[in-house]
Amino acid sequence: MGKQYETVIGLEVHVELATKTKIFCGCTTAFGGAPNTHTCPVCTGMPGSLPVLNRQVLAYAVAVGLATNCDITRYCKFDRKNYFYPDNPQNYQISQLYLPICRNGKVEIETENGKKAIGIHEIHMEEDAGKMLHDELDDYSLVDYNRSGVPLIEIVSEPDMRSAEEVIAYLEKLRMLIQYLGASDCKMQEGSMRADVNLSVREAGALEYGTRTEMKNLNSFSAITRAIAGETARQIDLIEAGEKVVQETRRWDDNVGKSYAMRSKEDAQDYRYFPDPDLVPIVVSDEFLQEIKGKQPEFREEKMARYKEEFDIPAYDIDIITGSKHMADLFEETVALGAQPKKVSNWLMVETLRLLKENNMDPEDIRFSPKNLAGLIKLTDAKAINSTVAKEVFEEMFKNDIDPEKYVEEKGLKTVNDEGALRKTVEEVIANNPQSVEDYRNGKEKAIGFLVGQTMKAMKGKADPSMVNQLLKELL
Amino acid sequence: MNILDMTAASLGAAIKKKEVTVMDAVRAVLEQIEETESTYHCYVTVDKEGAFRQAQEVQSKIDAGELTGPLAGVPVAIKDNMCTKGLLTTCSSKILGNFVPTYDSEAVRNLQKAGAVIIGKTNMDEFAMGSTTETSAFGVTKNPWNPNHVPGGSSGGSAAAVAAKECFYALGSDTGGSIRQPASFCGVVGLKPTYGTVSRYGLIAYASSLDQIGPLCKDVTDCATIMEVIASHDPKDSTSVKREDTDFTSALTDDVKGLKIGIPKDYFGEGLDPEVKDAVLKAAEVLKEKGAIVEEFDLSLAEYAIPAYYTIAAAEASSNLERFDGIKYGYRTEQYHGLHNMYKKSRSEGFGAEVKRRIMLGSFVLSSGYYDAYYLKALRVKALIKKAFDKAFAKYDVILGPVAPTTAPKLGESLSDPLKMYLGDIYTISVNLAGLPGMSVPCGVDSKGLPIGLQLIGDCFKEKNIIRAAYAYEQARGAFVRKEEN
Repeated sequence: MGKQYETVIGLEVHVELATKTKIFCGCTTAFGGAPNTHTCPVCTGMPGSLPVLNRQVLAYAVAVGLATNCDITRYCKFDRKNYFYPDNPQNYQISQLYLPICRNGKVEIETENGKKAIGIHEIHMEEDAGKMLHDELDDYSLVDYNRSGVPLIEIVSEPDMRSAEEVIAYLEKLRMLIQYLGASDCKMQEGSMRADVNLSVREAGALEYGTRTEMKNLNSFSAITRAIAGETARQIDLIEAGEKVVQETRRWDDNVGKSYAMRSKEDAQDYRYFPDPDLVPIVVSDEFLQEIKGKQPEFREEKMARYKEEFDIPAYDIDIITGSKHMADLFEETVALGAQPKKVSNWLMVETLRLLKENNMDPEDIRFSPKNLAGLIKLTDAKAINSTVAKEVFEEMFKNDIDPEKYVEEKGLKTVNDEGALRKTVEEVIANNPQSVEDYRNGKEKAIGFLVGQTMKAMKGKADPSMVNQLLKELL
Repeated sequence: MNILDMTAASLGAAIKKKEVTVMDAVRAVLEQIEETESTYHCYVTVDKEGAFRQAQEVQSKIDAGELTGPLAGVPVAIKDNMCTKGLLTTCSSKILGNFVPTYDSEAVRNLQKAGAVIIGKTNMDEFAMGSTTETSAFGVTKNPWNPNHVPGGSSGGSAAAVAAKECFYALGSDTGGSIRQPASFCGVVGLKPTYGTVSRYGLIAYASSLDQIGPLCKDVTDCATIMEVIASHDPKDSTSVKREDTDFTSALTDDVKGLKIGIPKDYFGEGLDPEVKDAVLKAAEVLKEKGAIVEEFDLSLAEYAIPAYYTIAAAEASSNLERFDGIKYGYRTEQYHGLHNMYKKSRSEGFGAEVKRRIMLGSFVLSSGYYDAYYLKALRVKALIKKAFDKAFAKYDVILGPVAPTTAPKLGESLSDPLKMYLGDIYTISVNLAGLPGMSVPCGVDSKGLPIGLQLIGDCFKEKNIIRAAYAYEQARGAFVRKEEN
């Protein structure tokens, strides 16, 4: 039997903060826009321009620090990380090295093996770089500074994770906390959350860490899982073959399922970090800290416990609904408007999830309002529309957030509760379908289904099916 | 009175009284430039057309009663490290030889709001690194008192332009003495305000934690008047300070009774030219006679100021100057292969020797393994210097001493020995390290006919104390008139 190995993993997670403006200037952080239109002298590194910290960046960073049980650095500074690259207009990135805003935190994760605390070494604030566009054919590059100066926080964990499962649980946990804070939407595919994996292996039971590598270009949870498996195997193979793991940065190619060395420790640059003299040190006052603490939301665990107490809905529903801050807000606000929790939950769990999946959307992208969902539920409660019509209205609401009452009115979708009109239609259906009538009378119970369908069709779906059923039975 | 002999404030008053038009003032200055610029070379760019255009605009605003300030219509020169929208801004460097800013620096905006007419951009040591204006990529500026001598630096073009009457006042910047020393060498008044008083937004940084914009002008009244225009709290500069006490002209009282003046003994030791020493001590006597209390004391630490300064300033400069890479603006080499070769060649060809020396020095002191030993130690020295000044200002209102150990050296004498040039900053740089206001006022002429400067240093935010002392001294001294000798 071969040796047993243990994988040791630490993560560096970059999160793009959801501020309206950039970290050091007033330019918008909005996505898109023609190249270099969301720019000014500051974020393009014009001579003489100066950075000024966006207070909201600090507020978000402190909020994330508090949510991850960090110590908040009450006197902190920004440092310059010096390196030349055209996406970095000043040729230094404003970041934090010596006095990061948060240190020494932890979050609790839960996997099949139970609960575990993952340490957070530090969280620091920094600016994002611009985007390079390389034209390989014509041999030139262009740079777009629209992203230059977009605020980021980098969350650096301790090397406390031992499996891909723990890594994913940790990332899910961070994502949930940050989304609940509203500090970021944390979308990995869109790059608003990025994770670099620091990984080493050692023989089971060893006390010393092995030599680690840093893996970049991981754009999804599944890519992270595959990269961890790949890198663990690669390092074990090296050790088994009597070779050494080289400390280096590697790039994961998820299409090929392999990683490639980018640069080794030997070519590591000297970033010549020093405190940025253009930015005054930040003093986090008691008042500011209290203000942020006061604004911390109810996080998922607390919310789950409360839902269990307050609402009579299944644990599974609670899990899904609280899995997105946006969905939980939608749920609570709709209930607050008088809708029955179970009914709200049903709409979210069945139709909403189906449409999200069909449209390849996240719960965060839901656009319909609690008011309109409550309105729809009110219509069904009053039997003003039947369930088929309700689904149709819901789809429209999901797409365009229409007011269901108005919509039903305008499209004439209200259930016809006028028994006279319904009776007339049923009589016509009976008269026009002698064969089915015959079948039913001969004991073929199923034939009534066809007659109900024909009646509903004639009523353009606006009848209450149970009423139709009852009338048919009566008239046959 | 010849318009050119007027101070900025007296010209402003004459314009207000319609005795002189703005166009008269602009023409007078442009004619003077025509006549003497080829000798002194104070400017990198003279904006003749722009000056005429501004003159018309400003005059009509004055006539309409929209501009009533004391400097409305007065022509000014701007050091070429302050951004001026649409007007070439080079820092006297080849690397910015084609750079036209898209925005105005805050200090320039404040001047424009007050109705100033910008005549042009003055020559300087490249990126403000130097003490002679000889490191400019666009030629050497000469001292209007004697064109065989340097005007000082780095704001040498601004000081010389004022002395040569090629403008009525000028803005300079002072990182280690770059306003006060050329003011001293050219026989004009110069003030480096308390750090944070004038916005640095749009000032192309040399050393961000030390740089400060200030006036170079003909007398102390002009100095206080200009300060009231350019001092402002600017939310675009996080080091900008909100001050309530910017009524600098209120200190023009000609009354120094009871003002406590300290003379640091270590400013009068070895290396100080005896003629400079005599002139400065005589100025102290004048103030004493007018009722000031004058005492000698030990400031100490002056000897550590130079290495601390060159460590901190070079470190910041090495990073501040990284943005000049030939990618976004400025000079790009003709021939290159690949990105790094382009960086290397553009920067090697674009920067001059002194700038490269300081970039290398700064990169070295910040590099891994040396950071603590050099940069952090220099910061500790900086803190100690501030402490020593705090102690002194607990006792004194004003510290008095020389600006520079000598009067203006001959052209070409300084650059051959950079270390000697650095030592020339000994009396000025500790003021920057401590963030204090410091002023240079002419206090005599040496046997070579070159002007000598008196330095008055105040505690942070106490410009009014030094303006008070300077004004009282100036009243006693009388007019200070340039005599050109060849």
